[in-house]
Amino acid sequence: MRYGLLAVVLISASMLGGCSEGVLDPKGPIAFAERQILFNATGIMLAIVIPVVIATLGVAFWFRASNERARYRPDFVYSGRIEMLVWSIPLMTVLLTGTVAWVGAYDLDPPKPIASSTKPIKVQAISLDWKWLFIYPELGVASVNQLPIPAGTPVSFELTSSGVMNSFFVPQLAGQIYTMAGMVTRLNFQADFPGTYRGMSANFSGDGFADMHFNVDALPPERFAQWVASTRSAGLALDSKSYADLARPSAAVTPFTFHSVAPGLFDNIRMSSMRSDDALCQSYPNSMRAEK
Amino acid sequence: MTLLGKLDWSAVPFDQPIIMGTVGGMVVAIVSILSLVTLKGYVPYLWREWITSVDHKRVGVMYIVLALVMLLRGFADAIMMRTQQAIASGGGQGYLPPEHFDQIFSAHGTIMIFFVAMPLVIGLMNFVVPLQLGARDVAFPTMNSISFWLTASGVLLINVSLGIGEFAKTGWFAYPPLSELQFSPGVGVDYYLWSLQLSGIGTLLSGVNFVTTILKMRAPGMGYMRMPVFCWTALASNLLMVAAFPVLTALFAMLLLDRYLGFHFFTVDAGGNVMMYVNLFWVWGHPEVYILVLPAFGIYSEVAATFSEKPLFGYRSMVLATMAICVLSYTVWLHHFFTMGASANINAFFGITSMIIGVPTGVKVFNWMFTMYGGRVRFTVPVLWTIGFIVTFVFGGLTGVLLALPPVDWQVHNTLFLVAHFHHVIIPGVLFGAFAGYNYWFPKAFGFKLDESWGKAAFWCWFIGFHLAFMPLYVTGLMGMPRRLQHSDVLAWQPWLWIAEAGAVIILAGIACQIGQLVVSIRNRENLRDTTGDPWNGRTLEWATASPPPAWNFAVQPRVHEIDAFWAQKQRVLARQDLPVRQREYAPIEVPKNSPTGFITAFFSVVTGFALIWHIWWIAGLGLLGAAVTLLAFMFRAQAEVEISAEQIDLFNRAHPVEVSL
Repeated sequence: MRYGLLAVVLISASMLGGCSEGVLDPKGPIAFAERQILFNATGIMLAIVIPVVIATLGVAFWFRASNERARYRPDFVYSGRIEMLVWSIPLMTVLLTGTVAWVGAYDLDPPKPIASSTKPIKVQAISLDWKWLFIYPELGVASVNQLPIPAGTPVSFELTSSGVMNSFFVPQLAGQIYTMAGMVTRLNFQADFPGTYRGMSANFSGDGFADMHFNVDALPPERFAQWVASTRSAGLALDSKSYADLARPSAAVTPFTFHSVAPGLFDNIRMSSMRSDDALCQSYPNSMRAEK
Repeated sequence: MTLLGKLDWSAVPFDQPIIMGTVGGMVVAIVSILSLVTLKGYVPYLWREWITSVDHKRVGVMYIVLALVMLLRGFADAIMMRTQQAIASGGGQGYLPPEHFDQIFSAHGTIMIFFVAMPLVIGLMNFVVPLQLGARDVAFPTMNSISFWLTASGVLLINVSLGIGEFAKTGWFAYPPLSELQFSPGVGVDYYLWSLQLSGIGTLLSGVNFVTTILKMRAPGMGYMRMPVFCWTALASNLLMVAAFPVLTALFAMLLLDRYLGFHFFTVDAGGNVMMYVNLFWVWGHPEVYILVLPAFGIYSEVAATFSEKPLFGYRSMVLATMAICVLSYTVWLHHFFTMGASANINAFFGITSMIIGVPTGVKVFNWMFTMYGGRVRFTVPVLWTIGFIVTFVFGGLTGVLLALPPVDWQVHNTLFLVAHFHHVIIPGVLFGAFAGYNYWFPKAFGFKLDESWGKAAFWCWFIGFHLAFMPLYVTGLMGMPRRLQHSDVLAWQPWLWIAEAGAVIILAGIACQIGQLVVSIRNRENLRDTTGDPWNGRTLEWATASPPPAWNFAVQPRVHEIDAFWAQKQRVLARQDLPVRQREYAPIEVPKNSPTGFITAFFSVVTGFALIWHIWWIAGLGLLGAAVTLLAFMFRAQAEVEISAEQIDLFNRAHPVEVSL
């Protein structure tokens, strides 16, 4: 039993250990709601699992062969009432957690915009070998391996990949979503507080994968405006030529910025990986959220 | 175009001391074992009694030996990974460069699933199922031998990749586009694909064989509802194999077409679609989980009933739950990629179906508990593994339900939380079960029990080591550490990774105890001898024959009148207070004749696979031809069976009396 409970102890330790960073220390509404679901479901199931473990160990111990006081009942092989009970306990648990799953899948659907009076800022994220390119289409700037955003403002992402599949993941702000070449996935999150949050690719993508992380810098709105202004005044222009240079495989790239972005670049990147006419996928544009 | 395709001396990584050291060690070990066997004159014995044997018991034992050897390889990979991550999470690079680390985690997953868990489970089913059914062998004995040797071919190829060329650097599910030629131009992915294609054919044939055996070869009187529960779980598992493995074979065939002939199933350009690969992979992949877990559930059921000296509680419920899991396992595959951006409808649907699988699983847990309730539980090694399994697995199930919630999955998918979860269900769910079965049926296979105290030490090391190794990974996963990370600069993860490393070392001690248990038991075998054929006071038919059973399993075909036929027979004998008159009149029995077909076919398969990997087309052609000719020669064989005379059977039965015959 000690060791069965070890799991519980360690899981609770994890909640303490995780407080500094990660999923258990959310900094935005989406991650906060996701953590709440994690807690609720864990609570529902611990209420079943812990008694089961204690009962199993208790039964095994009491009915040990050497215990003279335990009654041997070799004919106790069926009981309609117990059958009823053992089917309905897990069933009811699943009813509860299933409802949580259903509601959560809709409420927190990654493409769903965040309700807010502030106009969301658009970001187009592209995973390259092995770095992240973030384009701010409305602001006309772009950034590599760093993602400054205004705190308190919803951020609406469109994501794709230059080739290999990756997963865009900022644990303290929202769950992850895959980036796939030729397709666009969508994600929304918001940082409630200024701060620096670790982001990364969570899906293995090759030799440089370990260095494919970045910082999300949630800045107060006026400092974000300053960042945009200073970015516009220096650095390179992002056009098809500088993109081709950037797209060459490289790892552990120091963050830098582009002062301007060629219009339609994101769509070109997405289209470049699907040169053929893919009639099948075009006829089902909504079959998957990851639209071709 | 050269005579040897892409193969030349640059394929051998002479500049990598770790790899060359391992390869050197393996070569020395293999050469010394082979020369010892040859010098001692064991070759004819091995050839006659094992390599060409089509006896399901021998094939089963060979499967298990193969799996245990590969467990050592897979574990070596595991401890190397744990060490690398523990060292290199403070900003350093560790001792494994990415191109080597990537191969190790890919090989670890591939080996543990396909070449440890699968052969363990298939080996136990091979040994046990025909005996429990009261049958003389499986339906297609030579095909069974071919299945085994094809699995061994896959094992050989994957190990050759260590010294010649490289292994896949894509993770064990080889998602394109990373696994396409554009991003993985080396031979690693080809090694992965061809070794799994070969062993996959073997597995499919196994599935066909066992479904047929269970449906058609049960002893007279054994209706479906009198079948031992392990046979039910084996039936479910093999039905899943038959339905799932062709998907994997077709999927890999498509990826091979992409890589070899320039097709565009999953490429980035020309309309390829990676989502199709991911879907099809898990259409196989999730049933695969139950292919492995269901037979282990069967073992736990047998162990719980036998050592509680009670029939299994709620037999019908258990059968229903088993078959429910069998069917439901096909409705959940999408939960492996909630993060792909499917619509909320789809995510919600698959989240709920995934949880529903928890219902029959929960029923099983309760029924094991009620089996012990009112019993006389003997805390033998198999029982320790069973109880250890229950208390561990329910927590693994808990994290599984968490992962079935799409919003939680988005947060912990692809992190070490996920890694911790699936080890939390597969290690207790499959490995503990296989170890319980290994300790339980070992005396049946070899005629002596395994040492108890070494077995218990092994259990406690595994049990404690497991928790120490994987609980910290839940923590780092929640802290946002993705899986497959060769290095990182987050200091907060490092202490947890060192705890996990310590857990891996304790598991290593558990493995050492298991080796010790085997050695001690062999040396001590006279004291541990099982002379009755029924060392545990068993319930099912396998205990009704001698240990080890003769090639023909049962001198007289058993007749079955109820569940737990052997137990019931023993009760009748006890009630009459006399031993039944032992039947002395035996009829001759025909048993299948040994055949080298499996071994030779597999030899040519390895040649073909290796040649295809290196693009040596002429050798590939010759290999295919050789395999085809071997199979043709088998089809036109003159004699399929040999007769065991009644005198031989009588002689054996006098030498190996069993207390209660059927």
